[in-house]
Amino acid sequence: DQVLHIVPETSQQVQHLQHLCSILLLDLWKPLFPEDIWAGKDLHIRVPAPLVQEVKDSLDQHMISYKVLIPDVQELVDQSMLRERSSQRQVPEGYVYTQYHPMKEIYQWMTQIQKSNSELVTQHYLGKTIENQTMYYLQISQPSDKTKKIIWMDCGIHAREWISPAFCQWFVKEILQNYKSDPKISRFLQNLDLYVLPVFNIDGYIYSWEKDRLWRKNRSPYMNGTCYGTDLNRNFNSSWGSIGVSYNCSSEIFCGSGPESEPETRAVAQFIERKKSDILCYLTIHSYGQYILTPYGSTTTPPSNSEELMYVAEQAAAALMGKYGTSYEVGSTSLILYSNSGSSRDWAHMIGIPFSYTFELRDKGTHGFVLPPDQIQPTCEETM
Amino acid sequence: DIDGVGRKYHLELVLEDVLHKDSTVNCTAEVLYHLGNKNIAPDVQFTLEGELRNTDEADNIFYNRIKSLEKELVAENIPDSHGNVSPEMQPVHLLAWVASGYVIWQNSTENTKFQLAQIKRVKQVKRSDEYLEFDYMILLHEMVSQEIIPWQMTVLWHPQHGVQVTQDSRQPKHAPE
Repeated sequence: DQVLHIVPETSQQVQHLQHLCSILLLDLWKPLFPEDIWAGKDLHIRVPAPLVQEVKDSLDQHMISYKVLIPDVQELVDQSMLRERSSQRQVPEGYVYTQYHPMKEIYQWMTQIQKSNSELVTQHYLGKTIENQTMYYLQISQPSDKTKKIIWMDCGIHAREWISPAFCQWFVKEILQNYKSDPKISRFLQNLDLYVLPVFNIDGYIYSWEKDRLWRKNRSPYMNGTCYGTDLNRNFNSSWGSIGVSYNCSSEIFCGSGPESEPETRAVAQFIERKKSDILCYLTIHSYGQYILTPYGSTTTPPSNSEELMYVAEQAAAALMGKYGTSYEVGSTSLILYSNSGSSRDWAHMIGIPFSYTFELRDKGTHGFVLPPDQIQPTCEETM
Repeated sequence: DIDGVGRKYHLELVLEDVLHKDSTVNCTAEVLYHLGNKNIAPDVQFTLEGELRNTDEADNIFYNRIKSLEKELVAENIPDSHGNVSPEMQPVHLLAWVASGYVIWQNSTENTKFQLAQIKRVKQVKRSDEYLEFDYMILLHEMVSQEIIPWQMTVLWHPQHGVQVTQDSRQPKHAPE
């Protein structure tokens, strides 16, 4: 069976198409009814295999141009069936990726994901938070005799950006559900390892669930416990403390008492430093604003590989827009957003990781940090 | 740049109806940020190229619903932590959004970018005249400083007379835990 895409040009063509659909009982995918076929509007018809040639001949006879949208419907059905069946095996039953989850459930999810996908996924210790919570990352790695380059992605460095950890979990699920059936993903994994930290700022995330939904920083006590929290994304050793920060703990952009003063920052920085010669790309996921940000925030001087960085980011933004029309702005933080120093993305680039990006996911302020759960799926799908 | 006065921006923008995404109106505007005293709101002039959608029916339904309440409306955390707003609270949320636009305008400079983050609390205030009055405590998010700023505002509304913010004041961040 094939699905044809036609845009009728004249009312005569419309009439002929309506006639064809009703005589041959063709399956209209768009629009639903022959009466809604209009000149200038997209028409998608599924044609059963034995009728394909006849229909095409008839279209040619009437000078109606068409494109084959789906050359083999059965193949598509088979692919999606494979995904359905394998998804039940590989992904925790009943884990709802279109809802936000508290930290306890995310820990359970990590354990479960490793158990059901042990041929690909391993959970690793990264460090401890200031409140002694354990930080774990997931390594997605296809067994192979060659050493592979690494792509690192962390989510949830800012507690209130709930869509970010939701995306990391979605990402892992998508990879595991589709790596056998999706040629792009399987090629990816042949050459690259994925390291995912689903929640960077665990204490802050828990705090945003239990006490203050709009909390941003970690939960480090300062001033004798009268003030809490360092902005982890101002705490890295990249022009630390120079611009776009506050030295006052009561500020949301407090950079800490020194570069890497926070255990969470140290845990991630030490690991990445150790592996840096193999890390190709550093991604850090935030919200909101819809941006793909390149280095640097601390200066407007462009990084050495600025052209390449921008090119890749622009490709990403275009692909993202192709899904639901969501537009992302691309550029260096200092030019399109604001100046800041001590960011993880700047630091990653400064120590030699060539591709370093901050993603600011949906939306543009309408819901801001409190993005409703019905936007989890489209946000994650387009970002994927 | 205008010597001795301030900086003027000429904008061309598209307004999108939040409730009817296909409905858009083009708009041109001029915004003048004043030199020096940052306590004056920027001057705004604008022209709409087209008409805004008529909302009389929905306005009257909401108005009558609130007028007929036995007890004054009280609510908290709109949207809730997960981003949900109940259908009954949608108009209350929209009203806060509009009113916060006024507060944001009055407090904007070239270095601020405010968004309404959440309604912490809203309380209806009984009135003897035809207006509806709501006392809001909202949270504004400021993008550059990343601060969450509590703000109190008193909002008056009537279907034919529109929205008015009769009182507003910035609140201190609540005491550290």
